[in-house]
Amino acid sequence: MVKKGLSRIYLGLIFLFLYMPLAVLIVLSFNNSKSRVKWGGFTFQWYTKLVSDPIIMDAFYTTIIVVLVSSVAATLIGTLAAIGIQAMRRSGRSIMLGATNIPLLNADIVTGISLMLLFVRFTELGLSTVLIAHITFDIPYVILNVLPKLNNGASAHTYEAARDLGATPMYAFFKIVWPDIKPGVFSGFLMAVTMSLDDFAITYFTKGPGVNTLSTMIYTELRKGILPEMYALSTILFLLALLLLLIMNYRSARETKVR
Amino acid sequence: MFKNRKIWLSGPYMFWIIAFTVLPIFMILYYALTNENGGFTLENLAAIADPIHVKALLLSLKLSIICTAVCLLLSYPLAMILKGLKLKRQSSVVFIFVLPMWMNFMLRILAWQMLLSNNGIINAVLGFFGIPAQHMLNTEAAVVFGMVYDFLPFMILPIYNSIVKIHDEVIDAAKDLGAGSITIFFRIILPLTMPGIVSGFIMVFIPALTTFVISDLLGGGKVLLIGNVIEQSFMQGSYWNLGSGLSIVLMAFVLLGMALTNHDNHTGGAAVW
Repeated sequence: MVKKGLSRIYLGLIFLFLYMPLAVLIVLSFNNSKSRVKWGGFTFQWYTKLVSDPIIMDAFYTTIIVVLVSSVAATLIGTLAAIGIQAMRRSGRSIMLGATNIPLLNADIVTGISLMLLFVRFTELGLSTVLIAHITFDIPYVILNVLPKLNNGASAHTYEAARDLGATPMYAFFKIVWPDIKPGVFSGFLMAVTMSLDDFAITYFTKGPGVNTLSTMIYTELRKGILPEMYALSTILFLLALLLLLIMNYRSARETKVR
Repeated sequence: MFKNRKIWLSGPYMFWIIAFTVLPIFMILYYALTNENGGFTLENLAAIADPIHVKALLLSLKLSIICTAVCLLLSYPLAMILKGLKLKRQSSVVFIFVLPMWMNFMLRILAWQMLLSNNGIINAVLGFFGIPAQHMLNTEAAVVFGMVYDFLPFMILPIYNSIVKIHDEVIDAAKDLGAGSITIFFRIILPLTMPGIVSGFIMVFIPALTTFVISDLLGGGKVLLIGNVIEQSFMQGSYWNLGSGLSIVLMAFVLLGMALTNHDNHTGGAAVW
């Protein structure tokens, strides 16, 4: 009994450690006072200021574009790559998988700097360089999510059988391979989205002047001092993350049920 | 017959790897091994021996080791407790503890910057109990706090994943054979969760070792980590060759860290116990 009580307390403490800062942020986002400790009444003013601030909104749109374009592109390239890798001989496969691990294991700062060094040699830094950088570190997550699904299914032989029986590659792919890998493609895509959304260091080094994602914008603002608008932004982003995760959880729960 | 054609599907990715993964590494190596005029030099690598750089590297190692240790010590009991909870919606409970991981990490730093600041809420609470205001921001402790907060879920998740895989029958069998809880922990649970510990270690230690943002925002320029030195050599001055050289050294430390844990995993994990 004592043991049970102690473990509940422990869970509670870790929970507090993880959530108290977020709770304080959320409460302060409705605080009608610039003070961090005094409650000046309830207000939505930071939210309206947030929406009318061109710098923040600009960063918001840039983030959406970067996240969507890079994760869609990465999902496309990564899924095709996974199918190709699956068909390779052992040596080819291990080379490809080794190369896939490089962006995952390398420190963000080194990845960012090395891409920047490449970009400045051939082009100007701008939005497109950020996109290329994001696609580069997103692809491995897609491959690592799709590949196990390809290994699991009996699709390889079934696919060949379908082709022998006269199915076109496209038809055979969508009828046989696609249902097997669909969940992997989807979770790879969601992971790419979260990685892109969360990235700071790589964007920081590969972005051109005037291009800002939310992460880099917040960094600049934080160095200037904390603005209450940032609390409002945090609240919105926290709710977005919650929503995204609930969707993922719901999907995986449904998946296990089907099985 | 159809296999060979399938391989071509990975063509775009092969191009991508060569252009944006391999080539950049050669670029950073090129900058690291040349001086401003393009001549070969080892100076940029040797620059790590400069007292300022040594100090920054040692501080980085110190803080990231503390951070990893704290994360491990906090996560392990948590994972064991979570496994022990026989709840219907166990996955939701786990979900609660990894949720902060999905939130933009810049905002998590913002939260701590606000809590720790001189006129922040922690000092307000302390003041309420009559304790004088503490200066907490811009210290090494604040940086470690921020690191632990940012990376803790990355330790919880792999350890939990490896701990739930242990079947209760294995532990029951050990108990039947007369093993005490300490023996069970050291001879069954710990070795079986080693892979989780190793991936948790990698996922916490490497970002902590190489960070420059956390030290910048919570250390206020007073805590200079190797990441900050590298960042400044690119962004505040243009000592690109020096920065590349230090990056290569940092990369070597990352690889060393991974090699050490892998080594442990192969020999230590199985042989010692």
